[in-house]
Amino acid sequence: MTNNWVDIKNADVVLVMGGNPAEAHPCGFKWVIEAKVENGARLVVVDPRFTRTAAMADQFAQLRPGTDIAFLGGVIRYLLEKDSIQRDYVKAYTNAPFVVRADYAFDDGLFSGYAADKRSYDKTTWAYELGEDGYAKVDPTMRDPRCVLQLMKRHYSRYTPETVESVTGVPRATFLGICETIASTAAVNRTMTSLYALGWTQHSVGSQNIRAIACIQLLLGNIGLVGGGVNALRGHSNIQGLTDLGVMSHMLPGYLTLPTENDPDFSTYLEKRTPKPLRLGQMNYWQNYPKFFVSLMKAFYGARATKENDFCYEWLPKNDKPYDILATFELMSQGKMNGYFCQGFNPIGSVPDTNKVVAALSRLRYLVIIDPLVTETSTFWKNQGEFNDVDPGKIETEVFRLPSTCFAEEDGSLVNSARWLQWHWKAADPPGEAKGDPEIIAELFLRIRALYAKEGGAFPDPILGLHWPYRIAHSPSPEELAKEFNGYALADVPDPKAPGRLLARDGEQLGTFADLQADGTTASGCWIFCGSFSQAGNQMARRDASDPSGLGSTPGWSWAWPANRRILYNRASADPAGRPWDQSRSCIYWNGKRWVGNDIPDYRPDAAPTEGVSPFVMNADGVGHLFALGYLADGPFPEHYEPFETPLERNPLSAALSNPVARVFESDRHKLGTAREFPVVATTYRLTEHFHFWTKHARISAVLQPEPFLEMGEELARHKGIRSGDRVMIRSRRGRIILRAVVTKRIRALRIQGRQVHTIGIPLHWGYEGLTKPGYLVNTLTPSVGDANIQTPEYKAFLVDVQKA
Amino acid sequence: MTVTRRGFLKITASSIGATTLATLGFSPNEALAEVRTFKLAHTSETRNTCPYCSVGCGVILHGLGDRAKNARSELIHVEGDPDHPVNRGTLCPKGAGLLDFVRSPNRLRTVEYRAPGSDRWERKSWDWALGRIARLMKDDRDRNFIARSPAGVTVNRWLTCGFLAASASSNESGYLTNKMLRAVGMTALDNQARV
Repeated sequence: MTNNWVDIKNADVVLVMGGNPAEAHPCGFKWVIEAKVENGARLVVVDPRFTRTAAMADQFAQLRPGTDIAFLGGVIRYLLEKDSIQRDYVKAYTNAPFVVRADYAFDDGLFSGYAADKRSYDKTTWAYELGEDGYAKVDPTMRDPRCVLQLMKRHYSRYTPETVESVTGVPRATFLGICETIASTAAVNRTMTSLYALGWTQHSVGSQNIRAIACIQLLLGNIGLVGGGVNALRGHSNIQGLTDLGVMSHMLPGYLTLPTENDPDFSTYLEKRTPKPLRLGQMNYWQNYPKFFVSLMKAFYGARATKENDFCYEWLPKNDKPYDILATFELMSQGKMNGYFCQGFNPIGSVPDTNKVVAALSRLRYLVIIDPLVTETSTFWKNQGEFNDVDPGKIETEVFRLPSTCFAEEDGSLVNSARWLQWHWKAADPPGEAKGDPEIIAELFLRIRALYAKEGGAFPDPILGLHWPYRIAHSPSPEELAKEFNGYALADVPDPKAPGRLLARDGEQLGTFADLQADGTTASGCWIFCGSFSQAGNQMARRDASDPSGLGSTPGWSWAWPANRRILYNRASADPAGRPWDQSRSCIYWNGKRWVGNDIPDYRPDAAPTEGVSPFVMNADGVGHLFALGYLADGPFPEHYEPFETPLERNPLSAALSNPVARVFESDRHKLGTAREFPVVATTYRLTEHFHFWTKHARISAVLQPEPFLEMGEELARHKGIRSGDRVMIRSRRGRIILRAVVTKRIRALRIQGRQVHTIGIPLHWGYEGLTKPGYLVNTLTPSVGDANIQTPEYKAFLVDVQKA
Repeated sequence: MTVTRRGFLKITASSIGATTLATLGFSPNEALAEVRTFKLAHTSETRNTCPYCSVGCGVILHGLGDRAKNARSELIHVEGDPDHPVNRGTLCPKGAGLLDFVRSPNRLRTVEYRAPGSDRWERKSWDWALGRIARLMKDDRDRNFIARSPAGVTVNRWLTCGFLAASASSNESGYLTNKMLRAVGMTALDNQARV
């Protein structure tokens, strides 16, 4: 989230699209109700189903799964046509006036630079025209035909209300009514907040769905403002934290990136990641990349990381290609993986194409499960009848199942979607022989290290040299680990601005990432968490719930990254002269000497408005990106492509049917179905009473929602002769499952391109382990195709057929 | 009169008991000795965070056992934390049922091992299992470690083993897991962020 849960109460319009917080985030959704009741806010919901969030909406539209960009592109067109934009904000704080290179082009679904054989773009042309001074050219009138605003206008001219209706199924009048509500927040005294979750990310155009709302919020001047922002509600309790900590194939902690083969040495690696400013005088905060990276290497490798050995840069693994979860299961199914670990993770339930996953796991030599609960993944080798029809005798995988503790049995911190690091405390002893995750990892690591010390082996240096300062080596304490990712001084760190004074003394915990150094005198395992465990103690454990501003920011409750800032990009909440756009929701302002107010400035605190430093300090140009330059794989503007399985023969908006750069493995290509064989659109979702595949082990949840079902509209049910309670078989090109039908008014048939298209919804919580009735894993049906940028699978739009079982 | 929250609950619990019994003809003073005390009156309260979704609701865990050396702590009740700025004491149906997750009959209690081709679990010790896993990992890594790319760039990666890290585990766990996995050269790691 750019903002936070309680801040939703300050919004004038709440747009929920790609999420269903009333059911998936119920205790956060109460702030939407608060906004409606106390602030007169309008709630707009756009979803393939009439959800419980929709039931509270002032305006609702049902759209066809996978057509969000068609809808949002239509909104962008509306705002630009009607000039319903916050013009001063757009001109000063976005790249709307920036002039794009003359050779950038978009033609019938493809951006310039497309290479069909590689299914990728050469993104050279997706850039600004640079002046002789090396800075980007800007036209403050925003009339230059090559400036971003004009290109954007041209790009979305195709997204007319008529096209929106025929692609998404949303009637023109409903669509225009929603546009009007959204457009009302272009006024400086009105804001809209956007709430989304997996309904936007789990598409082959997932990243571009988010880009589209970011563009809308920038046009309306809603980013950085109290009651505004782009707010990812997110899934698991610490999915934000694990991502912040870089526990992903291509990442390192704090959104640093793992080197690739194209970064053969330390200086190349740093040079590519340390941007040069594109405008005079911008903060360009990533220029500090070397400080963050060197401090990370000092946390990892301690005294072994020195200036002379490039701080052990060579010790880090370097990728040749992505090794995300879909790629990993593809390699596994080809027999190219030997071992796999699942720590609190049930991939057989959560990864698409269950049959592929089972076959892949069966080719492993060893599988290690670390979990508090029984999972289907841990028993994938067991024959479960129709639900998992395997022959254990033919599965040669060695499986280890290690019991771990749960939240109630350990101390530690979790990051919620508002970026709050909240500390929790142990309340109970773990059952049986269960151990905490850090202890299991530490014990395993010490054994491996001992084997390398004794026997030698392949490149033992990083294993023998890993910094392991923990008092009890086999059981590092949560406090020790938290202090390490916060960071500490390894020598007296002098203050460059005040000779003779120190930023920190040798051995002290650091209070801010601004104190990190690139010379090896500081260590920090995750620079964005720096300040969470300072010399003043554990800031994550703070419990002061007071709200001095009345805006719900509770700055003394836990600790928010970065720097305890509660609203990101908050410099944009004030006009270029430093006065709040709206006094009644003032976030920060310039008092003549400094930036002060209700939040920690996301800005240099002493940068006078006359200096012209722009508010988006992480960008080299300082502004919000309507035109994304080369940051995304599939284009600088979001463009509608059909899902990989679509009921249509052609894309009504261009000649490119599906995302031209999304990756499809050869082995999966033939497993994509066509509308002729599978005419019904399906989407998966979650219920209030369950959390993924986890709560089926909790008795209350199992009683409340005991049995798998699908939701289908009355017209489709009539057409197929299915009544509520009937057993129904759903087939996709990947497999088939059987479950009960719930016939509902919540999903209607839509008219798309003159044809009737039916959608069904399938909640995914059941399986064959647990206290619920045994059932099939729903991801048996879903395709192993991912988003072009981050490879999130397309769970939300695929094709099936249904019949009475 | 200053009443703490817990004190208030105690008073309310005993008043309800007293009132009911008084209507039945018992004298309150004698009856109080007979009424079972409110079950949360003697629990230890621990502040924690709901582990399900990313709202991060505050919860209060009520446990028996005073942390004395020989007393095992056990949870008996979970409720929303009224001080928490987001959930203000409320919980959703999942969060309100957290006790059933902690005490689920499907919690894993022992280390288990399934041999190649077998159709059953065998009970093992931590020492045996971790020793065996470390051996499998080292042999795998030694055999398949890639020090240099075909173009001669130092790459130091190990691709034949992968790891899925828990997005409901703590930052401290996630940090240590990442640190250890990068040291062995693993790159096929993920958390639930993609799925």
